[in-house]
Amino acid sequence: MHGWTNLSSSVDSVFLFIMGISLVLLVGVTGAMVYFAVRYRRSKHPHAENIEGNLALEIVWTVIPTLLVLAIFWVGWKGFVYMRTVPQDAMLVKVTARMWSWRFTYENGATSEVLKVPVNQPVKLAITSSDVLHSLSIPAFRVKEDAVPGRENYLWFQPELTGSYDLFCTEYCGMGHSAMVTKVEVMSEQDFNAWYRGATGKASDGRSGPDGVKLFADKGCSACHSIDGSPKVGPTLKGVSGHRVTVLTGGKEREITATDAYLRKSLVDPQADVVKGFPPIMPSQKGVLKDAEIDALVEYMKGLH
Amino acid sequence: MKSSFYNTPGKHSGLLAWVLSTDHKRIGLLYLSCMTVFFLTGMTLGLLMRLELIAPGRTLMAASTYNALFTLHGVIMIFLFIIPGIPAALGNFMLPLQIGAQDVSFPRLNLLSWWFYITGAAVAITSLFTGGGAPDTGWTFYVPYSIRTGTNVSLAVFGVFLMGISSTLTGLNFVTTIHRLRAPGMSWFRMPLFVWSIYATGWVQLLATPVIAITLLMLMAERFFGVGFFDPAKGGDPILFEHLFWIYSHPAVYIMILPAMGAVSEIIPVFARRTIFGYKAIAFSSLGIALFGYLVWGHHMFTSGMSDEARMIFSLLTFLVAVPSGIKVFNWVASMYKGSIRLDTPFLYVMAFIFLFSIGGLTGLVQGALATNVHVHGTYFIVAHFHYVMFGGTAFAFFASLHYWFPKMSGRMYHEGRARVAALVLFVGFNTLYFPMFILGWQGMPRRYYDYLPQYQTGHVIATIGSWVLATGILLMVYNLLRSLKDGEKAGDNPWGGTTLEWKTTSPPPAENFEKIPEVTTGPYNYK
Ligand code: HEC
Ligand SMILES: [Cu+2]
Repeated sequence: MHGWTNLSSSVDSVFLFIMGISLVLLVGVTGAMVYFAVRYRRSKHPHAENIEGNLALEIVWTVIPTLLVLAIFWVGWKGFVYMRTVPQDAMLVKVTARMWSWRFTYENGATSEVLKVPVNQPVKLAITSSDVLHSLSIPAFRVKEDAVPGRENYLWFQPELTGSYDLFCTEYCGMGHSAMVTKVEVMSEQDFNAWYRGATGKASDGRSGPDGVKLFADKGCSACHSIDGSPKVGPTLKGVSGHRVTVLTGGKEREITATDAYLRKSLVDPQADVVKGFPPIMPSQKGVLKDAEIDALVEYMKGLH
Repeated sequence: MKSSFYNTPGKHSGLLAWVLSTDHKRIGLLYLSCMTVFFLTGMTLGLLMRLELIAPGRTLMAASTYNALFTLHGVIMIFLFIIPGIPAALGNFMLPLQIGAQDVSFPRLNLLSWWFYITGAAVAITSLFTGGGAPDTGWTFYVPYSIRTGTNVSLAVFGVFLMGISSTLTGLNFVTTIHRLRAPGMSWFRMPLFVWSIYATGWVQLLATPVIAITLLMLMAERFFGVGFFDPAKGGDPILFEHLFWIYSHPAVYIMILPAMGAVSEIIPVFARRTIFGYKAIAFSSLGIALFGYLVWGHHMFTSGMSDEARMIFSLLTFLVAVPSGIKVFNWVASMYKGSIRLDTPFLYVMAFIFLFSIGGLTGLVQGALATNVHVHGTYFIVAHFHYVMFGGTAFAFFASLHYWFPKMSGRMYHEGRARVAALVLFVGFNTLYFPMFILGWQGMPRRYYDYLPQYQTGHVIATIGSWVLATGILLMVYNLLRSLKDGEKAGDNPWGGTTLEWKTTSPPPAENFEKIPEVTTGPYNYK
């Protein structure tokens, strides 16, 4: 069997092994039950026999199932050990999950919202979260591991076919949980290398300074903020600069004007002033964005009318 | 009928004769009526969710509404319906009758438990309409999201806390009752198997529930004071919450299923007209499940980042706890061998139970095995699995025992024809609703998703259609039972020819249960 990754076929064979055993048991139990119900129905079998038990049978159906489940445990464990043993030459990609998008960071500093990997190369994902629990799942690859704040979890796989695959968040994380979906692009080695060499995380295309438009999409802002006036989880950022806004500061309401300083503070310390009517869930960008990037975002927001 | 407990209200009259009564039968019926209302509410929420999922994108409601719905559906079905479930409603009514007692050991405490339950429920429901609005965390209340969300999690959690007290006290009460109040001659091995299962359940309630109480208090401390138990920035760890939560909530699964297994063990002998096969094996497997059930909580956390050694040990223990459930199934089927079987509604539900519970249990093996767990964790496979176990298992056994004990509780017989049709519709609807979820889950469809990719639509459409069939079956069943309360035929004291003690008194029983406490001289299922 040829899978999408080295793991697909091994996980599937464990699955088929368990399913085989289960089907035999299910058919046996159900078949016997239905057979008895028909064969010994009262109209045909008016006098029951009182059989109180049978020690030999009890032993048989204790010991055999015990052996079966131990066998299943063993097969599952063997497969799992393989899933946890990362090859030495695996390529490392750091994954940061946040509400409600993914960021993949490569060793050369390149970042991407889509997981790009070369085919036939073991890849190790080191996964963490910058806010709440998430879980990284790539069904076709049969891998999954939670993204936990303050902790780095890992998984690995080796893609065997180029193509594009779904990547989901499978630990509930709030409003945008079901939109926390992206792709894995498995590329040929040449394609991957071409992309990898071009993307180094430095300011792109020789332009001066980071690009606000791009940051707004790449840094996950657009998951919670619209720029067209419609509210999402967070307030719209249309016309945000200079508008009067009611905020809760330490639980007290006050009305302020959105100055540059306020916008900046909204990014690095969002819980300080929480816009009234919205939950305090905006992730802090402190340590996530570089100063220049924050400047670019503030400039960008000032241009949203 | 004159002397039945319905005509012996005690000190109060009207509604007060119920909500202030310490008669275990009245308390049982109080639970039963509240639970029916909650169950139908939970079902309606489920129907709305299924309707939303009939197509990708927005169909009916916003994402935040959907998230509140699945949270509520879970909280209601788990904490308000299935955990109190069989023990609090049917156990309350039947346990003293089955052991030949006049009431439970602590009748006032029993009433207090109901008050905790209903206050907890009221608080949880209040949380929907106050503060930041309906909680949207899922019934698992995982941190850090449950700390960050602006919705009214604190109040909901407090409601669950109160219901936990109720459950603990009920467990304590039942364990004591079984130790102290058995009729003369009823040795441990002459107890009906339902009593054994309530006994095992009582211990789990008593010992496991305090853990959730502590956990929920810690969560409230986090929300109000930011103490930092679960916050890595303050030296805490979110995984700690997962452990604490499942240390209770896994044993809670056995609180839900054990009494159902007990009820099944009660019904099979009566309708097969023969003694149960392997009485002791069934009784001890209840204790085995209760005991081992404490040690397997980690299998809910196989992708959490817990150490690989811990994952291995929890996987191994999980497989071992599967064995006693298997033993029960084999003994039940063997109890039909050479019986003289009547396929009345309770027995039909029991057969459905055995089939659905087996599917639920066997798919649990896929989840217990580490290699496959990783793939199905957090997907619809899990949703399918626990609905097969909790609904196909516990709720079907609940329906079985509701029909079985209906004549004893009401003094009347339900309409058999309608009941069978309802059972059939329910069975078909159930499988149409939940079976496609196994397939969706194996294909990777994550749970708790408001929206989904188009490749999953077929499965969702089938499931949604199934939900309509299932709801029809449930409504028909409820209608039939309610209507039979009014115009069902008089049942007589022992319509099924049962041999356990509840059938030795009148239907409905008098306030003191028995005119004379019976003397027990044989085992419970003596059909010689
Ligand atoms: C998880 C959802 C989420 C993400 C992601 C998010 N925000 Fe927010 N944001 C909110 C919410 C909710 C509020 C309102 C509550 C508050 O003030 O904290 C908010 C408030 C703001 C405000 C203040 C708006 C006002 O009307 O005063 C600004 C500015 C802002 N966000 C910018 C950004 C930028 C730039 C990004 C990307 C780096 C971003 N947000 C990412 C949820 C989010
Ligand atoms: Cu997520």
